[in-house]
Amino acid sequence: MEVRKHYSRIKNITKATCTVQADGVGNEELALVGDRLAQVVKIVGQDVTLQVFGGTEGIFTNSATTFLGQFPSLRVGEDLAGRFFNAYGEPIDNGPSLTGPLREIGGPTVNPVRRLQPFQLIATGIAGIDLNNTLVAGQKIPFFADADQPYNEVMAMVALRAKTDKIILGGMGLTNDDYLYFKQLFEGEGVLDKIVCFINTTSDAPVQRLLIPDMALTAAEYFAVEHQQSVLVLLTDMTLFADALSIVSNRMDQIPSKDSMPGSLYSDLARIYEKAAQFPDGGSITIIAVTTLSEGDITHAIPDNTGYITEGQLFLRKDSEVGKVIVDPFRSLSRLKQLVIGKKTREDHPQVMNAAVRLYADAANARTKLDNGFDLTEYDERTLRFARAYSTLILSVDVNLDTEAMLNQTWDLFSEHFSREELGIKEQFLDRFYHPPVA
Amino acid sequence: MNNSSTGLVKGIIANLLMVEFDGPVAQNEICYVEHQGLSLMGEVIKISDRIAYVQVFDSTRGIQGGTTVRFNGNMLEVELGPGILSRKYDGLQNDLDALEGIFLERGIRSRALDPDERWDFEPLAKVGERVRAGDWLGQVTENHQPHKIMVPFRFKGFYTVEKLSAPGNYRAADEIAVLLDERGQRHSVTMIQRWPVKLPLNLYRDKPRPHKLLETGLRTMDTLHPMLEGGVGFVPGPFGSGKTVLQHAISRQAAADVVIVAACGERANEVVEIFTEFPELDDPHTGRKLMERTVIIANTSNMPVAAREASVYTAMAIGEYYRQMGLRVLLLADSTSRWAQALREMSNRLEDLPGPDAFPMDLSAIISGFYARAGIVTLHNGQEGSITFIGTVSPAGGNLKEPVTESTKKATRCFYALSQKRADSKRYPAVDPIMSYSKYLEYPEFVEYAAEHIHPRYIEFARTIKNILLRGNEASDQINILGDDGVPLDYHIRLWRAELLDFSILQQDAFDTVDAMTPIARQMEMVALVLEICQREFPFEHFEEVSRFYKKLINTLKQMNYSPFNSEAYQQYRRQTEDMVREQTQALQAM
Repeated sequence: MEVRKHYSRIKNITKATCTVQADGVGNEELALVGDRLAQVVKIVGQDVTLQVFGGTEGIFTNSATTFLGQFPSLRVGEDLAGRFFNAYGEPIDNGPSLTGPLREIGGPTVNPVRRLQPFQLIATGIAGIDLNNTLVAGQKIPFFADADQPYNEVMAMVALRAKTDKIILGGMGLTNDDYLYFKQLFEGEGVLDKIVCFINTTSDAPVQRLLIPDMALTAAEYFAVEHQQSVLVLLTDMTLFADALSIVSNRMDQIPSKDSMPGSLYSDLARIYEKAAQFPDGGSITIIAVTTLSEGDITHAIPDNTGYITEGQLFLRKDSEVGKVIVDPFRSLSRLKQLVIGKKTREDHPQVMNAAVRLYADAANARTKLDNGFDLTEYDERTLRFARAYSTLILSVDVNLDTEAMLNQTWDLFSEHFSREELGIKEQFLDRFYHPPVA
Repeated sequence: MNNSSTGLVKGIIANLLMVEFDGPVAQNEICYVEHQGLSLMGEVIKISDRIAYVQVFDSTRGIQGGTTVRFNGNMLEVELGPGILSRKYDGLQNDLDALEGIFLERGIRSRALDPDERWDFEPLAKVGERVRAGDWLGQVTENHQPHKIMVPFRFKGFYTVEKLSAPGNYRAADEIAVLLDERGQRHSVTMIQRWPVKLPLNLYRDKPRPHKLLETGLRTMDTLHPMLEGGVGFVPGPFGSGKTVLQHAISRQAAADVVIVAACGERANEVVEIFTEFPELDDPHTGRKLMERTVIIANTSNMPVAAREASVYTAMAIGEYYRQMGLRVLLLADSTSRWAQALREMSNRLEDLPGPDAFPMDLSAIISGFYARAGIVTLHNGQEGSITFIGTVSPAGGNLKEPVTESTKKATRCFYALSQKRADSKRYPAVDPIMSYSKYLEYPEFVEYAAEHIHPRYIEFARTIKNILLRGNEASDQINILGDDGVPLDYHIRLWRAELLDFSILQQDAFDTVDAMTPIARQMEMVALVLEICQREFPFEHFEEVSRFYKKLINTLKQMNYSPFNSEAYQQYRRQTEDMVREQTQALQAM
């Protein structure tokens, strides 16, 4: 490593940044301020502003600043597998140092004409996902969840059931408890050899989080492009990542846009999520993220911008009627499902899915009527019975079925509760699958 | 024009450079930053004293103070000529297929057109003829469509054709004509020319109001909220409400000669869908492959932000080029909000005083200036060409009161509001029939055209449908407040008439091969059938009867929509419908 000039006077210090006078410094270059890693974020004449990843507490105006002449990088190689790293890509599991070549993180974009259209279904066994919001390799999709919901657990379950070659976890602001949960789960399931983890916990400085997604995705690109593997990247919690962005932009006196977020939030998030891709040689990167919400508010800038970038979103909800956590069929959406449903799955899949959700919506209307004290019609009563069974047998996250079984289960419910006309499904499917109980 | 100015980088904030320059520099001039053997393209967006503020169309990682910047004397330009159709460009018109490797490495570029590609040329003008910029000199055949070779748009004043190549096979870069200007100077013309993207092309005689339907096969548009050739409209909607599916359906089905899709700051997989499917799908109007009439400008959300702004202008400039050939161009931009956000990012870095939501103060003017470039025009030779422009808007938080939506509303005539409520209940396309509008329904030119070319009762149909939907909506509100029993039976009838129209006309399955596209004649037949039912009185005694009857009708009409036009099945469902209506009516007479 070529060590460059030292500077010993710091002009300006904020909570996240400091400014030194220096020459010949490159934009985005790494530096050490004292013993803390920092990165150039702004150059105006000789004034060089650095964001200090570890925070600026205790930095003196005469602390030494050393520019390193390089950019944030990760050593990539097969020895990444089974390891736990911090935001700088340094081991935190007492294992050996990495030996592979250094690769700059946050690398260039995939040429869109070199991408393949995603085509491989990712089966999770959870019917609320596989039936209504089918996932496809190369997709990017977040869980939109309130803090009290079991999003990390459901995400871990999806990761373990999905048949992928690597699972890369990028943990941002994880509580120590959650970190240990993931660690013990991966060890206990005996899948450590296909796991790579980059962890920033709540006890680490928040600005460090900014490096986590790029670290995780650089490792993912290595396995997906150079080894043609299917890689699943888990990013939790992206809301805390965005909070860190706003801290830095705020310290740099940028004019905030909606919800105090930087005006570049959309581009900053898109740069990360768009790393999800199906590569032509068979490798793929799929991103499942978590965006925590404040009381379910999806109009906040973070979930709002995320929703415009990702290919759908998954909502969890506690269904008090049946006492289970379900995947909410109204607010959840997988944009890529159209590429596989009815093609990789049985052909009645799209129509069954839509009819079930529509009838479930009728049930929701019936419940509103009930709550408002109105009489229910006979049809309303049936939709309510259907909704209870559908919640328990299909939407609940503890379901584990293959898609064919999910479809058959739904037809059973249709046949039990509704007439042919009420389903609004093409005749050819009704003829094949509708089987009303003999009166 | 000057091309010798150079400068030195003095400051860097993300992709904004401050460059101290010598010599003259123009606003919006293109420059190149010389960094480690790469030349990174940028555009001047502000000049203050000796400092030019440059937005770089690439990553600025590693650029240092003191780096050399070369200004090139031109604004951002597109290269125009045969061979544009079917190509996939980035926002700066690099041919994406011609770029090596899986990743878009920094600083790589490729040429938009192949100068060595050969074309069969046929002259249209004559030696000795007086011509001016935009006039047709000859034509070649591009993807089975005539492609005019025109007097370069930059040429000012009148010229005389001194030499024109005979019919034959030529390279795109070969001289095909020599023009003599009024001072006697000779100018060589090839099939390729260049034009600055930010300058509107105004080489036409006049620009009348739009008056012809642009058929899309989407019932909620064609029947209820028509888009016209040369019209402007926009589609705002929260995420998940089906903006992209709707745009793709329009791009596949619209009756246009050339379709330009500008994917501006959106998901890469959506562009990949077009790349993958369009070469396979048939153009419903010509039977040729859809890709043959399509140009894609892909500046996806992870590509450099500054190029996002450029991408919509690149798309518009290419559109104007094809309009000048007398063709019907459809331009779709998804999404103009991302473009506005790119403007916001830059104005923020420039420390301009912010307007509402931190957007630049002139956002509204920029948007309306851009939409104004669309339109139908009469060329100097009397031919008509048009650019129909439909942009999507991604309102922050789904709030239609935000600045981009409001500015766009002022600049457009058609408003296709996507509603979250409709999307949640899977009523697709989720275009809200109450909020949405097409002001073209009020244009006397169009009213006349519609009666003559679409259906004598076209306008009346549209008004009646809207009215029934409105009344249904009011009835639905009352029922929700007062309960099924708390309102007169008539309210249920009103509600279900609206539901009948909603399910059989407005809703359309974009993924079904038959239902996805309904030709206008079929739409009119269906509308006449359904409206006739809506006008009938039936002897209902209880509100449950009402819903039962209309649900049965809806089911049959949906099956009819899924059946090929005038097929056996179609006729059978039609007869079933008529039988149901007759039985119900006879029940009334029996009473």
